[in-house]
Amino acid sequence: MTEKKTLKRFASVFLTSSLIVGALAGCGSKEEGTSTDSGGSTSDDTSEVIKIGANLELSGAVASYGSSIGKGAELAVEEINAAGGIDGKKIELVKVDNKSENSEATNAAIKLATQDKVAAMIAPATSGNVIATAQIANQYKIPTVTASGTAPNVTENEDGSINDFVFRTCFIDPFQGVVAANFATEELKAKNVAIYADNSSDYAKGLAAAFKEQIEANGGTVVKEEAYVADDVDFKSTLTNIKSANPDFVFIPGYYEEVGLIVKQARELGIDVPLMGADGWDSPTLVELAGKDALNNTFITNHYSSQDPDETIQSFVDAFEAKFSEAPNAFHALGYDTVYYIVDAIKRAGSADGEAIQKALAETTDLSLITGTFSVDEKHNPVKSATVLEYVDGNQQFNSKVNP
Amino acid sequence: MKKSKAFWGFLVLALVIYAVVQGMISGGMLDLYYQNILIQMCINVMLAVSLHIVIGITGQFSIGHAGFMAVGAYVSAIVTMKLGLPLIVAILLGAVISALAGLLVGIPTLRLKGDYLAIATLGFAEIIRIIFLNVDYVGGAAGMVVMNMTTWTYAFVAVVITILVIANFTNSRHGRGCISIREDEIASDAMGINTTYYKVIAFTIGAFFAGVAGAIYSHNFFIIQPTTFNFLKSFDILIYVVLGGLGSLSGSVIAAIFLTVVSAYLSNFPETRMIIYSLVLIIVMLYRPTGLMGTKEITSLFKFGKKGGSKV
Repeated sequence: MTEKKTLKRFASVFLTSSLIVGALAGCGSKEEGTSTDSGGSTSDDTSEVIKIGANLELSGAVASYGSSIGKGAELAVEEINAAGGIDGKKIELVKVDNKSENSEATNAAIKLATQDKVAAMIAPATSGNVIATAQIANQYKIPTVTASGTAPNVTENEDGSINDFVFRTCFIDPFQGVVAANFATEELKAKNVAIYADNSSDYAKGLAAAFKEQIEANGGTVVKEEAYVADDVDFKSTLTNIKSANPDFVFIPGYYEEVGLIVKQARELGIDVPLMGADGWDSPTLVELAGKDALNNTFITNHYSSQDPDETIQSFVDAFEAKFSEAPNAFHALGYDTVYYIVDAIKRAGSADGEAIQKALAETTDLSLITGTFSVDEKHNPVKSATVLEYVDGNQQFNSKVNP
Repeated sequence: MKKSKAFWGFLVLALVIYAVVQGMISGGMLDLYYQNILIQMCINVMLAVSLHIVIGITGQFSIGHAGFMAVGAYVSAIVTMKLGLPLIVAILLGAVISALAGLLVGIPTLRLKGDYLAIATLGFAEIIRIIFLNVDYVGGAAGMVVMNMTTWTYAFVAVVITILVIANFTNSRHGRGCISIREDEIASDAMGINTTYYKVIAFTIGAFFAGVAGAIYSHNFFIIQPTTFNFLKSFDILIYVVLGGLGSLSGSVIAAIFLTVVSAYLSNFPETRMIIYSLVLIIVMLYRPTGLMGTKEITSLFKFGKKGGSKV
C-alpha cells in the first residue's frame, strides 16, 4: 500500500520534473538557437543580411490589419531582394505575432530588439500597440515605423515631446478632415457646409474639428453642426434640422455602421447634396446598409485606391494579385510602403546603424510610394496626399488625389 | 512548528532564487527580454494564485478576475501618472481599491452558486471595462499611457508576499473554513461555519492580489487599454488555475510559469502559435485531467518515506 503510494509519488515527481525540464530545455534551446542566430547575424550584419522586424497583429482581434500589412511587407522585401537588396545585402523580414494585445506588443518589440537584433522595426497596426513599443524603440535606438497607427499621440507624447525613433507611413486622423475640407471648397465649390459627427469616438471628433478649422480658413461657413453617438439608429430629426439649414455639402466623420443608416435616411429626407466621410466608411457593409442609389454623390478620403490609374500603383496591384490572388487593400499598400520607406532610409544612411537610419527617416523628402509622395515633418508624420474616392452605384471609384 | 518550518523554507528558497536571478541580471546574462518574461511570469503567477484562493480553495467559480486586475491597473496608473505619487503607494492603493471592489461585488453575488456566480462575476468584469472605456480622464478607448516603473525586484517581492499570504491563509482557521465550503457548503453551514463571511473574505483577498498584479502590469507595458481586460483575460487566468490543478497552490504557480514560457517561445511561430498553445492545453488536460498537480502541493511530493508528512 505504502509502496504503491511511493510509486505514485515517484511517478508524479517524475512527470512534473520532466515537464519543468522540458520547459527549461525549450527555453534553453531557444536561447541557444537565437544566440547562435544573432551571433551569426552580427557577423552577417556587415556582410550579407539586414534584418527588419515586423511586430504585427497576426492573431487576435485585429488580425486582419496585421496580416494585411505583413503580406504587403513580404511582397516588398521579395521585390527588393530580387533587385539585389540594399547595396548587395539581402533583407530578412522577422515576423513576430503580438496577438493584438499591447503587452504582447511590448514583448515582441523587446524580443526583436534584444534577440533578433533587427536594424529597424515595422510597428504594430493599431495605435495603442504602437505606443506599447515606442519606449523600447527609443531605449534600444531602433527606428520603428508603423504602417497604420493614425492617432496623433503615436509620435507625439502628451507633453509635446517627440518619440525620436517612432515614425509612420500613414497620415494622422485629423489630416483627413483637412483634405475633405479642401476637396469640398476646391472640387465641389461648397460654401455652406454642415457637419454631422460621431460624438463618441476620438477619431470622428478629431476629424470634425480639423475639417471645421480648414473650411473656415478656406472661406466657407459651417451652417450647422450636429452630433450622434455610436449605436444610434434613427437620425431623421437631426437630419431634418440639417436640411432646414440648406447646406450644399455635409461632412459625416464616423464609422460605417451608423454612416450607412445616416446616408440612407438623409437621401430619404431629400438631402441630395454631396456627403463626405473618411476611411471609417471603408467597408462593404456600408453599401449594404445605405443602398447603392443613396451612396451616389458621396465621397470618402482614403490612403489609396487600387483603381488609381497611376502606373506604379497598377504595377503594384498586378504584382500583389499575382502573389496573393486578391486585390490589395489600403493595409496591404501601407505595409508594402513601410518596407520601402525603411529601405530608402537605410540606403541613404549608408549603414544599418539605428541612429543613422533614424536621422535618414526624419530627413525623408519627396519619397514616392504607392500611397503617395511624402516628406516627413518635424513631428515624424508624413506630409502626403490623400486619395478621394467616389461611390458610383455601390462601387468605390477613384476620383482624385488631394494634396495637403 | 511544522508550518513555520515550511514558511522559512519557502522564504529561503525565494531569497536564493532572487539572488541567482539578480546576479545573472547584474552579470549581464539576462537581458531585457528575459527580465521581461520573468516579470510577466510574476504577474501571471500572482493572478493565478489570487484566483486559486477563490476557485481552488473556496470552490467559488469566478470568471471575472480580469475586472479586479483592471481596477488595480487603472487606479495605480492614476496614482502615479496623474497624482505623481511613488509606485509603491500606487500598488497599495490599487490593491486596496480592488479589494473594496471585490467586497462590493462579493457581498451580493456570493449568495449565488456555480453557473450563476460565474455569470455574475463575468458581468461585473465587463461593467468595469465599460466604465473605463467611457471615462475620458483615463483616456477612454484609446487607453492611458503609463511610464515603465516596474523592475524585477518589485515583481518578485510582490509574488513572494502573495504566495506567503495565500499559503498561510489556506492553513489558517479561515482557510479551513473556506475548504469546508468547497467540499460541501450545506454541511459546513450546518456545522456552524459562516459561509458567506468566508466566501467574501476569500473573494476580497483574491481581488486584492489581482489588484497588485494589475498595478505591476500597468507599469510594465507602457499603455493600458480597456480591451486588455476583456473576458478572454479572465479565461487566461482561469486556465492557469485549472491546468495547475484545482486546489493546488503550487500547481497554479507551475502552470502560470509553464504557460508564460510556452507563449513566449511560440511567438517565434506566429502562424501556428495559437494552434500549438491550444494543443498544449488539450494534451495536458487529456493526460492530467485533474491538472498538472491535481490537489497536491509540490512540497508533499518530496516527503517520501517520512511518516505523516503534512501538506503545506
